[in-house]
Amino acid sequence: MALLEVKNISKRFGGLQAVKDVSFSVREGSIKAVIGPNGAGKTTLFNLLSGFLLPDSGAIVYKGRPIHAKSPHEIAQQGLSRTFQHIRLFAHMTALENVMVGRHVRSRAGFLAGMLNLPWTWREEQEIRERALSLMEFLGIVDLADANATSLSYGQQRAVELARALAGDPAMLLLDEPAAGLNMRETADTARLISRIRDLGITVLIVEHDMSLVMQISDEVLVLSYGEKIADDAPRAVQGNPEVVRVYLGEDDA
Amino acid sequence: MFFELFFQYLVAGLTYGTIYAIVGIGFNIIYNTTGIINFAQGEFVMLGGMTAVTLYGFLPLPLAVIGAVLITMVMGGLIEMVFIRWLVKPTVLRMIIITIGISILIREGALLVWGEGVRSLPYFTGNEISALSLGGVRLSPQVLWSIGVCMVIVLFLNLFFKHTMLGREMRACAANRDAAALCGIPTKNMITLSFVLSAGIGALAGCVVSPITYTQYSIGSGLAIKGFTVAILGGLGNSMAAVAAGFILGILESFSIWVLPTAYKDAISIAILLAMLFIRPSGLFGNKEAMRLKDF
Repeated sequence: MALLEVKNISKRFGGLQAVKDVSFSVREGSIKAVIGPNGAGKTTLFNLLSGFLLPDSGAIVYKGRPIHAKSPHEIAQQGLSRTFQHIRLFAHMTALENVMVGRHVRSRAGFLAGMLNLPWTWREEQEIRERALSLMEFLGIVDLADANATSLSYGQQRAVELARALAGDPAMLLLDEPAAGLNMRETADTARLISRIRDLGITVLIVEHDMSLVMQISDEVLVLSYGEKIADDAPRAVQGNPEVVRVYLGEDDA
Repeated sequence: MFFELFFQYLVAGLTYGTIYAIVGIGFNIIYNTTGIINFAQGEFVMLGGMTAVTLYGFLPLPLAVIGAVLITMVMGGLIEMVFIRWLVKPTVLRMIIITIGISILIREGALLVWGEGVRSLPYFTGNEISALSLGGVRLSPQVLWSIGVCMVIVLFLNLFFKHTMLGREMRACAANRDAAALCGIPTKNMITLSFVLSAGIGALAGCVVSPITYTQYSIGSGLAIKGFTVAILGGLGNSMAAVAAGFILGILESFSIWVLPTAYKDAISIAILLAMLFIRPSGLFGNKEAMRLKDF
């Protein structure tokens, strides 16, 4: 069953057609990768999915409900979480606090209760803290809980961001270049981690440049070029697709 | 005699310092969540004091103060929803002009409602002539009230921002609005909340100091300049530093009367404001890095 369905979606920025009539779906429990040369519209696609941009036309259906007119926080509340290509942690907060904020989507405490510090909000606060810590344990960063988030190394910050995205118990996770700026060993760790996240029952849609990572973990690969879909298939089939090879290696056979 | 005079000035400085500090904190709360300098901040203090005086006409004092704080909070929220909420990525200059406009609007509205009269609440405990004697220094109990309320506000804010979910969400919103939205935080509501919170704090300050400093429709803009000076002096966005800076400014002003004519009192804060902006815009306690993270 398709958890996410994108139907004929388009987005234009002035004279640039960033995404053109793209349709695809993501099966529940699968890992799907979006690849394509720079400027292919991958990040625009993610911004459309997470509600930062409104599509000019087309529809995005998540869990059977259209979400393309919803705001980012509403989409997040429905269980569609994402990370950024350039890490965006909350400065002046500890790693643990960052992860705890990600959990707030699931918190029940209302506005007034939060202001008044009612006893059961304290209990819920404890639950959130424990849940955040167990996630950090899962990602192997529990030792960093009390460190200032922005003082951490690049790879550690990525892990914190991932923990924050997972903290809301998403049904689906959008990962924007999770291996960008990582060395080979860290990339391999990330690949294993993404598979483990899928094993938790979380559907993953990933934008990534690292082909070895994409081919290793994905069930399906969507290829974009100049905003258009040119392939959407199993990794092996995509690798053999002449159109994909042409887009990546150029027109002329050298 | 010299020491008595010295302490008398010191106490006066501390009293004014608390209100400057609270206005400065109000600036910081809104600046932290939105990057906006809200020049209508002083009007919240005026609104709080004036509303409390009116309510005191038919309510007991504690209820009048609580009512005034609640009404001003609602006003703060409404102002954000009407004038700020619908703006898409406004520039800093536009925001400054809008908040100055709001401040003029509130002041003129207050003139219509309350007239030009100077008002004040009664002393919370005792009256004008009751005084605690502290080693020969006469101290109005109201001074202790205002310092005490300032301390309670600072303590409450610290607990709120560090240990409640809502407080953490507001900090997250301040640090990175897009990422906060992705965590399911309704960022626009957080901005409204920051206006509600700083309106409430300003109103409470307006009530507590009103017996000492009196209140009138026009006090807001003067307080806004003092509060802004304090916020800059301490370092924008840093509420604890604003308290220290508030006391520094209050005491400097108070002692300036010793050597300068009283009329120059306001010139002191403007001089400090300009000097800080030229020499050390990150504030006494701020670091430059923190400044660069913000919009300007």
